[in-house]
Amino acid sequence: MSAHGTTNTAANDEPYEFPPLERPGEEKGSLTALIQNLIFTVDHKKLGLMYIGSGLFFFVVAGIMASLIRLQLFFPGSQLLNPDVYNRLFTMHGTAMVFLVGMPILFGFANYLIPIMIGTRDMAFPRLNAFGFWVFLFSGAFLFFSYLGAPGLYAAGSAPDVGWFAYAPLTAKAFSRGHSTDYWTLSILFNGIGSIATSVNILVTIFCLRCKGMTLGKMPLFVWMFVVVAFLVVIAVPPLTACQIMLTLDRYLGAVFFDTQAGGSAVLWQHFFWIFGHPEVYILMIPGFAIASEIIPVFSRKPIFGYPVMVAATVSIAFISLGVWAHHMFTVGMTSLGNTFFALSTMVIAVPTGIKIFNWIGTMYGGKLRLELPMLFCIAFLFQFLIAGLTGVMLAVTPFDWQLSDSYFVVAHFHYVLIGALLFTFFAGFYYWYPKAFGRMMNVKLGHWHFWLFTIGFHITFFPQHIAGFLGMPRRIFTYEADRGWEIWNQISTLGVIFQVAGVLFFVYNLIYSYYRGDVAGDDPWDAWTLEWATTSPPPEYNFEKIPEVRSRRPLWDAKHPEDPDWKFE
Amino acid sequence: MSTAELTSTSASEWKLPSQRKVGMICLIMTETSLFVIFVVAYLFYMGKNLTGPFPDEVLHFPWLASAALFSSSLTVWLGELAMHKKKWALFYFWWGLTIVLGAYFTYFTAAEWVHLIYHENLTISTNVFGSTFYSLVGLHASHVLVGLVLLTIVLVAAIRKKIHPDHHEHVEMVSWYWHFVDAIWVVVLTVVYIISIRIPNQ
Repeated sequence: MSAHGTTNTAANDEPYEFPPLERPGEEKGSLTALIQNLIFTVDHKKLGLMYIGSGLFFFVVAGIMASLIRLQLFFPGSQLLNPDVYNRLFTMHGTAMVFLVGMPILFGFANYLIPIMIGTRDMAFPRLNAFGFWVFLFSGAFLFFSYLGAPGLYAAGSAPDVGWFAYAPLTAKAFSRGHSTDYWTLSILFNGIGSIATSVNILVTIFCLRCKGMTLGKMPLFVWMFVVVAFLVVIAVPPLTACQIMLTLDRYLGAVFFDTQAGGSAVLWQHFFWIFGHPEVYILMIPGFAIASEIIPVFSRKPIFGYPVMVAATVSIAFISLGVWAHHMFTVGMTSLGNTFFALSTMVIAVPTGIKIFNWIGTMYGGKLRLELPMLFCIAFLFQFLIAGLTGVMLAVTPFDWQLSDSYFVVAHFHYVLIGALLFTFFAGFYYWYPKAFGRMMNVKLGHWHFWLFTIGFHITFFPQHIAGFLGMPRRIFTYEADRGWEIWNQISTLGVIFQVAGVLFFVYNLIYSYYRGDVAGDDPWDAWTLEWATTSPPPEYNFEKIPEVRSRRPLWDAKHPEDPDWKFE
Repeated sequence: MSTAELTSTSASEWKLPSQRKVGMICLIMTETSLFVIFVVAYLFYMGKNLTGPFPDEVLHFPWLASAALFSSSLTVWLGELAMHKKKWALFYFWWGLTIVLGAYFTYFTAAEWVHLIYHENLTISTNVFGSTFYSLVGLHASHVLVGLVLLTIVLVAAIRKKIHPDHHEHVEMVSWYWHFVDAIWVVVLTVVYIISIRIPNQ
């Protein structure tokens, strides 16, 4: 820049005038003013909360769908739902939980926390941030509009019914008539664009806006892990976008990508989908690791054990996860070399993941544990994630997978990952950062009800599904015969839903109750160490009056203990 | 806890990379990932057509169009140099030439498609070659079009004297994008016009 900084030669060097800022007429207090504020805002904190709020809304909707599924499976031979409705329910449940619940909530955490944690005032591209949010919300509205836009809940040709990974050739025009699959395809396409925009924003924010002194090695682990998440989104979501473009070309212009009659390949769809689909598992899961890596040290009163190893493990998980996709496809009949490669790469990914679990336990070991609500959820996460990981390694063994692929064992496995690990860390994050966002503590008594009901309900629901899977129950069947020995496991499973629903009701009630009645939190209720606790609760729009400067990974520890600061030892 | 305790007054240097450059690198990574899938689809379906026409029957190596696109990478760079030296007449020339070369490339693609569709009867639904060819080349051509729009915006802004020295990096990012579009053409050219016309249909 310096070479071009002189302003006295060329004709066009007259000072550039920006148009004056125009704000839509703001009236404080009224509902229209609030709505107007939410629609026009580019503030990362508001957008973060809007992401999380919409994610929770879709969580309730998709949760109701799951409850209907469980209700249908309570009795053998049940006629409560007809098969078409059932197909739509599990498709919409899966699609919504992945793209409209997991993704927005993790982007919500990233949006709200990363700028504060790295000591800056907003994301790098605030308007792009708002764009990403609104595209996501539109994709969700668009997906659910399929129920209304087509003839309705019980009529033919309404919501998508091809499963969340929409295998070809089921999605071809010949087998999926009407527009239900198009709603799915276009919704995923929009959703992917929003996710990529937000992830680019996250990467630029982290690399270009860190406060003074925060070198890459001094960032909180939360921020490091979101570098990896955003990188994975940028690399792995475009294949999904490409899939949707090809599928739309197939359905509307008669292209033959996945048309086996015309030389196309249905297996290619599986490869392309899972090249996205497996990294997606880690896109969803690494934010869980990020939240646990912030909470466990604070509630063990120790710095994280093995910070550089945690970073290295996260980065290697990201790279390995790009090379394991075909373990979803052992049953399509690959060469034995292919089977062996993907079995081994899948087992290798357990190594960095195991390192992380040991590091969290190492952080807790010898620590002064405080069993507050965020920590309870994190401890449950450790146990449940271990189970999820072990069943994952079992499924990586190709012959074992041949037996149990597409059975309830797989359903149990990935619900242990996505609920037992991811949702539990999300809950931990809500309890941990709620005081920062709203200035009030969440109620502990209600929180304990939530924790115990939800944890017990979760295991009652999903543990028996391992057994149902071993007994041969396939996933996605809308009913089953009475003499298969499956009904007891399905009935236990459905009973667990009651506990989970009760737990979620306590949680939602707690969110609302604590907003009005919670104890005032103060700036730093947990005696924590990262920068978000250095500003007020809730933070002002500009986050910090003065941009802070850091010298270690735990800047607040340094500030609170000037006699024994971390930077002397890092 | 006030933030004041965290702020010290030492004045040592704290430099971070430019937001535009990091953002552009991210965009290029994500676009590359998108193209990889279409290239893989093309390679996967090479030689697997059930019916003709086949690539070796209908495709001709696009000498002139490729030369135009590759040399436009040079002209856009020369334009950038001229801008830094504030030689605006030279800038208009190189930048305008870039647009002309890009426009010629787009014209070539359009003419090629018209020929393939109306004379060779190759459409997107004819066979797997048609599907993968039109999607890959079309994806690239759509990027050329976006690049042309960006280049034109810069040229119009420059003619209207709206390019402030603070905006030089914006202009530089447009040229990064243009280089990226060019680099993709190297891959598309190799895969479509060099490799696939030598692979016999099985």
